[in-house]
Amino acid sequence: MALTVADRAYVEQTRRRRRIHDGLGRVALYLVALVAAFCAAVPFVWGTITAFKHDADLYNAQNNPFVFNLEPTGRHVTFLFEDSQFVTFALNTLWVGLVVVAITLAVALPAAYSLARLNMRWAGPLGIAIFFVYLIPPTLLFISLTRMVAILGLHDSTWSLVVIYPTITIPVSVWLLMGFLKAIPRDVEEQAMVDGYSRLQAFVRIVVPLALPGIVAVVVFAFTLTAHEFIYALAFISPSSEKTISIGVPTELIRGDVFFWQSLQAAAILVAVPIAFVFNLLLERFITGFTMGAVKG
Amino acid sequence: MAPVDEAVGTARPRATIADRSGLLAPLFLLPAVVYIVALVALPFLLALAFAFSDVTAGDPSFDWVGLRNFEAIFDDPVFWRSLQNTLVFTVIAMVLIVVLAKALAMILVADFRFKRLVRFFVLLPWTTPIALAAVAWLWMLDSIYSPIDWVLRNLGLLDGNLYWLGRDNLAMASVIAVHVWRIVPLAAVIIMAGLISIPKDITDAAEIDGAGFWRRLWEITIPLNLPVIAVATLFGAILTFTDMTVVYILTRGGPANATQVLPSYAFFKGIGGGDLAQGAAIALFLFPLLLAATVAVLRAVRRLETF
Repeated sequence: MALTVADRAYVEQTRRRRRIHDGLGRVALYLVALVAAFCAAVPFVWGTITAFKHDADLYNAQNNPFVFNLEPTGRHVTFLFEDSQFVTFALNTLWVGLVVVAITLAVALPAAYSLARLNMRWAGPLGIAIFFVYLIPPTLLFISLTRMVAILGLHDSTWSLVVIYPTITIPVSVWLLMGFLKAIPRDVEEQAMVDGYSRLQAFVRIVVPLALPGIVAVVVFAFTLTAHEFIYALAFISPSSEKTISIGVPTELIRGDVFFWQSLQAAAILVAVPIAFVFNLLLERFITGFTMGAVKG
Repeated sequence: MAPVDEAVGTARPRATIADRSGLLAPLFLLPAVVYIVALVALPFLLALAFAFSDVTAGDPSFDWVGLRNFEAIFDDPVFWRSLQNTLVFTVIAMVLIVVLAKALAMILVADFRFKRLVRFFVLLPWTTPIALAAVAWLWMLDSIYSPIDWVLRNLGLLDGNLYWLGRDNLAMASVIAVHVWRIVPLAAVIIMAGLISIPKDITDAAEIDGAGFWRRLWEITIPLNLPVIAVATLFGAILTFTDMTVVYILTRGGPANATQVLPSYAFFKGIGGGDLAQGAAIALFLFPLLLAATVAVLRAVRRLETF
C-alpha cells in the first residue's frame, strides 16, 4: 500500500483544496468537541458554582443556578476542612493508596519481568489470564471477602483495604509493566550480563531504572484505582475515622435527609481535578503500556 | 533467546539461582499468582460455597442447605426485576457507549485548537472516583433544585419538576445516562489507541480515489477499527453491569426497586440485611454474564492479532 512521491503530492494538493470546502467540517468538529466537553464537564462546572453559594442563594428554585445571585462564600469549603472529617478521609485514602502501590510494585514488577523477558513457556496466555483477573468484579467477591476480612480481624480498619486492593491493582499493573518492559531493548540487559551482572542484578540495576517512566505511570494508575474503589470499602468499614474519600464523602456528608451540598460538591471537585490533571499528563504513556503489553516480546 | 542464556550460564561456573532464568521466571511470578489465588480464586470458591449454605452475618457457621437459597431468590420478584434491569441496562448502555465513544475517539485524534483543554474536560467523568461523580450527578438530578429542570422551566417546556430519580423510567434513564457518561471516555481512549494504529496510507489512498468522509468512515475506519471497538464496548459493558456505586448513591435501587440491579440487590441482601448466603447466590448470577462478555473480548482480541 506504499504511495509514490507523486501520489503524496496529489494527496496534499487535494487536502489543501478540500480544506477550504472543509470549512464546514471544521465547524462541525469544533461543535461536537464543544458539546462533548460540555456534557462531560457540566456536573463539575455546576458543582464548582454550587460550592461557593450561600444557602439562601442555593435553596431558591427561582434563582438562576448557574450564576451567583448573592455574593460567593468560602464558608462551605472551610466547613469541609475544619468541621467535617474530609481531611481524615483524604489521609486514609493517601495511606491506603501508597501502601497498596508499594505492595503492587513489589509483586507486579517481578511478575511482569518474568512474563515479558524470561522466555517462560505459556508466558503469553498467562499474561492474558492475569489481565482477565482485572475483569472479575468486586461485586462478585465482596460477600465472601467480607467474611474473610472478618476472620482475619481486619474489618473496620483501613488494613482490610491495604490487603484486598492489590487484587485489583496487581493484574492491571502486571499488564502495563509487561508493555513497558518489552519496550526496553534486550541488548541492554544482555550487555550488562556479559559485563558480569547476574540476571537479577541486570534486572534491578539496569532494567528497573530504564523502566522508570513506565513505573511512574503504573504508580499513578494503581493509586487512582484504589481511590476509585467503593464497594469493598463500603462493605468492610463502618467507623468514620477509618473511611476513605470514596465512601466517607457520600456517607458522612449526607446524613439521612440532610445534604451538605456545597461541601459535597467542593469535595468532588477537589478530588476530581488533580486526578484528571495527572491522568492527562500520562495518557499517552498509559496507551503505550496497554498496547505494548499485547505485543509478543 | 533461550540458547544464549544457557550459553552464558555454562560459560560461568559460579552461576547462582540469580542467573538461571528457568528458575527465576516462576520464582518471580510466584508472589502475583499466590496473591491472586489467595484473594481472588479462594473468595470466588467461597462465594460458590456460601450460595449453598445458610451463612449469615449473625451466625457465620457453615451448614449445607442445597438449593434452598436459589429456590428463595427464584420466588423473589425483586430478584427477577434486578436481573431484568441488569440486562436492559447493559444492552442500552452498550449501544450508547459504542456510538458516543466512536464519535468521541474521532474528536480525540483530530487536531484543533484547545485540544488539550477539551481532552481534560472529556476525561473528567472517567478519572473522577465513581462515588464522587455520582454525588455530583445526585445534585444535578435533585428533585427540586435540578438545573436541568430550571433550564426546561425557563424554556417554557416544563411546569414544576421532573423528579428524575423519583419515577421508574426516569430513574432508570438517569442511572443509565450516568453510566454512559462515565464509561464513554474510557471506551473512547481505547478506540483512539486503535485509530492511531490504522496505517495512514490506507485512508490516504482512499482519499485519492475520491472517497469522502462518510465513505472512508464506513468502509475503512470502522471495519479496521472494529475489533478495538468491540474490546472497548465489552469492557464498558463489564464495568457497567458489575457496578453498584451509581445505583447505590443515586437511588438505592428505588423507587420501589425500579433501578435495582443484581450487584446492588446482592449488597442490600448480603451486607445490608446480613444474609451472606442469599447475597452470594444473587451475585453469582453475574458470573454467566461476565463469562459471556469475557469470551467475546477474547474473540475480538484474537481478531486483533490477525492484523
